[in-house]
Amino acid sequence: MTAPTPSVTPRHPRRRPWWKTALGVFLTAVMLFPVYWIFNVSLTRTEDMRSDPPHWFPWDPTLEGYANVVRDQLPALTTSLGIGLGCVLLTLAISAPAAFSLAKLRPRGAGTVNFLLLVAQMVPSVVMAVGFYAIYVRLGWLNSVWGLIIADSTIAVPFGVMVLTAFMSGIPGELMQAAKIDGANTWRIFRSVILPLSRNAVLTVSLFAFLWAWSDFIFASTLDRNGDAIPITLGIYAYIGNNTTEWNSIMATAAVASVPAAVLLVVAQRFVAGGVTAGAVKD
Amino acid sequence: MNMSTKSAPQAREAGGAAGEPPSAPRPRIRVRGRSTQWAAFAFLAPLVAYLLAFYAYPLYRNIDLSLHDYTVRSFVQGGAEFTGLANYRDIMGSEAFGPALRNTLVFTLVSIVAQYAIGLALAVFFRDNFRLSGVLRGMFLVPWLLPLIVSGSTWSWMMNSDNGIVNAALEAFGIGQINWLTDPGWALTSVIIANIWLGIPFNLVILYSGLQNIPRELYEAAALDGANAWQQFWRVTFPLLRPVSAITLLLGLVYTLKVVDVIWIMTTGGPGSTSTTLAVWSYREAFGTGLPDFSPAATIGNLLILIALAFGFLYLHLQRRQERS
Repeated sequence: MTAPTPSVTPRHPRRRPWWKTALGVFLTAVMLFPVYWIFNVSLTRTEDMRSDPPHWFPWDPTLEGYANVVRDQLPALTTSLGIGLGCVLLTLAISAPAAFSLAKLRPRGAGTVNFLLLVAQMVPSVVMAVGFYAIYVRLGWLNSVWGLIIADSTIAVPFGVMVLTAFMSGIPGELMQAAKIDGANTWRIFRSVILPLSRNAVLTVSLFAFLWAWSDFIFASTLDRNGDAIPITLGIYAYIGNNTTEWNSIMATAAVASVPAAVLLVVAQRFVAGGVTAGAVKD
Repeated sequence: MNMSTKSAPQAREAGGAAGEPPSAPRPRIRVRGRSTQWAAFAFLAPLVAYLLAFYAYPLYRNIDLSLHDYTVRSFVQGGAEFTGLANYRDIMGSEAFGPALRNTLVFTLVSIVAQYAIGLALAVFFRDNFRLSGVLRGMFLVPWLLPLIVSGSTWSWMMNSDNGIVNAALEAFGIGQINWLTDPGWALTSVIIANIWLGIPFNLVILYSGLQNIPRELYEAAALDGANAWQQFWRVTFPLLRPVSAITLLLGLVYTLKVVDVIWIMTTGGPGSTSTTLAVWSYREAFGTGLPDFSPAATIGNLLILIALAFGFLYLHLQRRQERS
């Protein structure tokens, strides 16, 4: 995504108000308190879990929660990783060529497709889940990893097409003309000119496709309820159902399940902010 | 970066496709145009096939489910009785419909208004570049990025009656214990609080980028005229932000209408059905009990689509009008 053009008129740096920084830190701390709480609880010993009032700091930390994650949840983490990566590949395979077509080749009916993509994002996921369930029952696709990959990709594909189309529209047509004069066919132009130039947008779409598939609960809890390979979101859900006393294990799993989000934010904050404004889809 | 700039190229492309330049009578160009059309369709074909198979077909199945009386048996083997709109009559006439509709409205409206108000206040606050403002603004995105199962379960543990940190903090101020998730009078409030927290980042980011488009000079002029910060906000910021605000609120509305995960994870729509919205109701009919009942689930889902689309089209209308201006 393009970075926001700073509209601040250049002026001499005035005295920066420290109280604003202090207030900002305070507000951020309040906002992120639940995140702190995940870590705090994940490090709390089981016998301290029911203490009243709860321990505000993990004075006496334990790693037993994390040990339980390694013991119980590694297969689920691997499954989620696979589903996330599969979803990225499927999303890109569908949306990148389509975006190229919509942005540069001007097919008839482009307006209709754009319109349908916007409408598609408004369909509630529970409706999609019921529809997919009805289809998968007959096909025998329930409880399969690739069935879940397909369902999860429906969250990301409309977003992917829209972000990539907007980006590719900004690539100068002269580059395509030059490649055409050099004898490149349309596929070659897409593969060797447009795709490499669209790296940032492709990255944004990949990050979000992965994150949404990784975080998905509705499709997982409906289409993969009894599968052999369950994703990490269902792993946490099952944990809540089974051991309501071991909240340190649940929160340790939650902390591990949040790692992709943390990595995403540190590595690619500007892509994240760009993605929020560009597609503005999240279920 | 903002809503209008991101969709403007798409609109232009769409317009260009409809009206090809008429000044091209030479046959050579027309031949090339036709082959480009073929390439355009070839590149678009996977998406069209995908949308038909994985959007249109599930939606068709959903409508089909809502017009028949499916049992678990006929769901798998087929041959359900066609009942026309009977499912819709049953759902809209049932005792659960009124409360579910009311919960949906309260959940959605309170959520988006609070998210918007807090998001706007934060966006205005973060607009002035102060030390660490960029980093802190980035950290505000965290709730939006966490998997919903993580935030949902964290909030339900924080709101736990006996061991939750929320009640511990309230007791420190002398306020008695509140059974956030198990008291019928508080369950809806609890899920709304969690949902507001989840939606603040989205509102902050969109409104912040909207604020970037308001020229600084206007504030300088207002300051010269003697307007204080409060007046500047109500006379300059708020009116100029109105288009972005409308879009933010409508998008929030469409996305909040369909929330299932947070509510299901925290309260499963209970106790009773005091925190059951239409979306949660649909989920519960289909997947929440041991006996799945897909026909009513699909019926509720389709009603939900109708509501979402109504507001969705309002959003599209507003966005288009904003692009034109």
